[in-house]
Amino acid sequence: MKDAGARRWWVAAMAVAALLGWLEPRLDIYLADVLARVGINVVLAVSLNLINGHAGQFSLGHAGFMGVGAYAAAAITVLAGPHVLPTSCPDWLHQGWFLLALAGGGAAAALAGLLVGAPSLRLKGDYLAIVTLGFGQIIGVIVRNMEPLGGALGLSGIPPRTNLFWVLAAAATTVYGVTTLVNSTHGRGFIATHDDEVAAEAMGLDTTRYKIVAFVTGAFFAGVAGGLWGHFKLTISPKEFDFNRSIEIVVMVIVGGMGRTAGVMAAATVLTLLPEGLRLVAGLSPSLKWVGESRPLLYALMLIALMLLRPQGLFAWSRARPRPA
Amino acid sequence: MKIPELFPLLFGAPWRWLRLVGAVATAAWVVVGCGPTGGATGDTIPVGEFASLTGSEAAFGRSSHNGTVLAIDEINAAGGVLGKKLVLVTEDNQSKEGESQTAVKKLISRDKVVAVLGEVASGRSIEAAQTCQKYRVPQVSPSSTNPKVTEQGDCIFRVCFIDPFQGTVMAKFAAGTLKARKVGLLVDVGAPYSVGLATFFKEGFVAGGGTIVAEQKFTKDDKDFKAQLTAIKAAGPDAIFVPAYYGQVTLIVMQARELGITVPFIGGDGWEAPELLKGPGAKEALEGCYFSTHFSPDQATPKSRDFVAKYAARHGAKPDAMAALGYDSAQLLADAMRRAGSADPAKVRDALAATRDFDGVTGRMTLDASRNARKSAVILAIQKGEFVYKETVNP
Repeated sequence: MKDAGARRWWVAAMAVAALLGWLEPRLDIYLADVLARVGINVVLAVSLNLINGHAGQFSLGHAGFMGVGAYAAAAITVLAGPHVLPTSCPDWLHQGWFLLALAGGGAAAALAGLLVGAPSLRLKGDYLAIVTLGFGQIIGVIVRNMEPLGGALGLSGIPPRTNLFWVLAAAATTVYGVTTLVNSTHGRGFIATHDDEVAAEAMGLDTTRYKIVAFVTGAFFAGVAGGLWGHFKLTISPKEFDFNRSIEIVVMVIVGGMGRTAGVMAAATVLTLLPEGLRLVAGLSPSLKWVGESRPLLYALMLIALMLLRPQGLFAWSRARPRPA
Repeated sequence: MKIPELFPLLFGAPWRWLRLVGAVATAAWVVVGCGPTGGATGDTIPVGEFASLTGSEAAFGRSSHNGTVLAIDEINAAGGVLGKKLVLVTEDNQSKEGESQTAVKKLISRDKVVAVLGEVASGRSIEAAQTCQKYRVPQVSPSSTNPKVTEQGDCIFRVCFIDPFQGTVMAKFAAGTLKARKVGLLVDVGAPYSVGLATFFKEGFVAGGGTIVAEQKFTKDDKDFKAQLTAIKAAGPDAIFVPAYYGQVTLIVMQARELGITVPFIGGDGWEAPELLKGPGAKEALEGCYFSTHFSPDQATPKSRDFVAKYAARHGAKPDAMAALGYDSAQLLADAMRRAGSADPAKVRDALAATRDFDGVTGRMTLDASRNARKSAVILAIQKGEFVYKETVNP
């Protein structure tokens, strides 16, 4: 186990997170907004990469788990929070409660992941894609019909607890968690399952168990990302966590290169910055206004070009040594 | 695998120091380089707009945007506001949830807008309202009718009436003009808009001595309504209230006619789109139905006639309610700046809150203590495949 290096990087990333959290009030609000979105997307993409990339299972319900986490965390701060902590409490207590809410959101998503994954991961093939697709839809329908959670219009009045520190700390922790997990005994199991499930089983690996561990862990981090998202946007609605959002995350993983954590981080960053970059380009002069209006089209064209030119993923660099397996 | 090995490009030895310098420079840019880039200090006043110009609600978003652009151009042609020209900065949110806040933050921090206009969909107006309220930049929504929008804070306004009023108007109309005593309801339970309208219709209609004889439900993706319609038919209503969006309304009414239901259908502003009457048999099926909305191009006020002519000249089409409300939102903002004598967001907010009897193309409006417009609604009838102005209902 060579985790000492990874831990050092985690500590360094936490220091950067603390620095940026301290700087945030001095930052341009638009820049801070974009940075927070980058961080949240890194959490989502890296955690989906654990499922889709490392363990080789195809999930289309990551936004659904994010939604479960967002609503669970918001329920903890909005519905339960006022009964536990009066507003007069010092800020650090509220921040602590928020950390608890994030963990609760992650746990709720992990539980949902277990409920969805346990039956469907026993099967081989693409069943998981269909089941998770259905799961995302069901979450939307349930929330739409739950009045305490705001129904179709969404839940507003969520306290503004997310800041750059929490987002970057979550991103660093996700990357650290996924990296160390992939390098552990479990990770070897994921990769063996991914490479050849039949052979892995023949070697005596319990592939179902490895698949479930990867799936539930991924769902946990998606739930944390959802909690961060809700307390960042202050209002959440079921529409945000629909199929399209799941696809966005899948695109990040594919563009980054399946199973390449660093590539997926880079892809999540670039794909979040890209539309904003086009927005800024459109604002440069009136003659460039068309760029703003055709952003979705340009984005799609870039993806098509990318997949034709680099099907293995934009950031799938060759490695210094062969892939550990 | 150590983390540095994950980043061969970033941490390759030859580049290490160069990259460190780069990182420090980037951090410096982040902290220092994002100062003000605009503001109302020059000879222009920046006004922000966020709209769904692409995506699923683009038809509504474009109409509203066209109206806003027309208003800004007119104001500037007449000399601007306080001797300065208005500059409209528009950002698209692709009709996607979760985009509006980023767009509005960009408008506030980069473009230094003094106020934000937008948008049609209530959910996305609420998203943006979190940001506008936090930074105390006034937001004027042209056509978000859900009551919750302006409840987000004292910087959030709108130039349209709200759902409860529309429900009440249709209840009055059903009991008065249509002389209906028994009404059936068909409600989209997945849409807050539909549920809100139905609730207030029911209250108003029952208070007026009528009875709701049937109440049936459906959801967004339903295509077959025969079960619900058969149940409503059995109750023998004089009219059927369907507060839904145009796509499903056409299907519902056509299926009702197939089942032999001949009574008129009535609805709200979600009906108003040319698509309502598209498709074989749609015009015949909807003949003699009514809906309430914000504006009719056939309204015989001089102001609206003038607007219809100008809009047609600029955009080559008859304006709909979204366009008229988009126009009014920009005109109201300009009016508030004039009354405030300043383009300072706080003063503009106070002037907006003090709006009394503002004469817009969608009618005379007063902003009440909840920052909602109190104004009249119009009822349109569907006759010979056209939307025809029927009457104006005052609050």
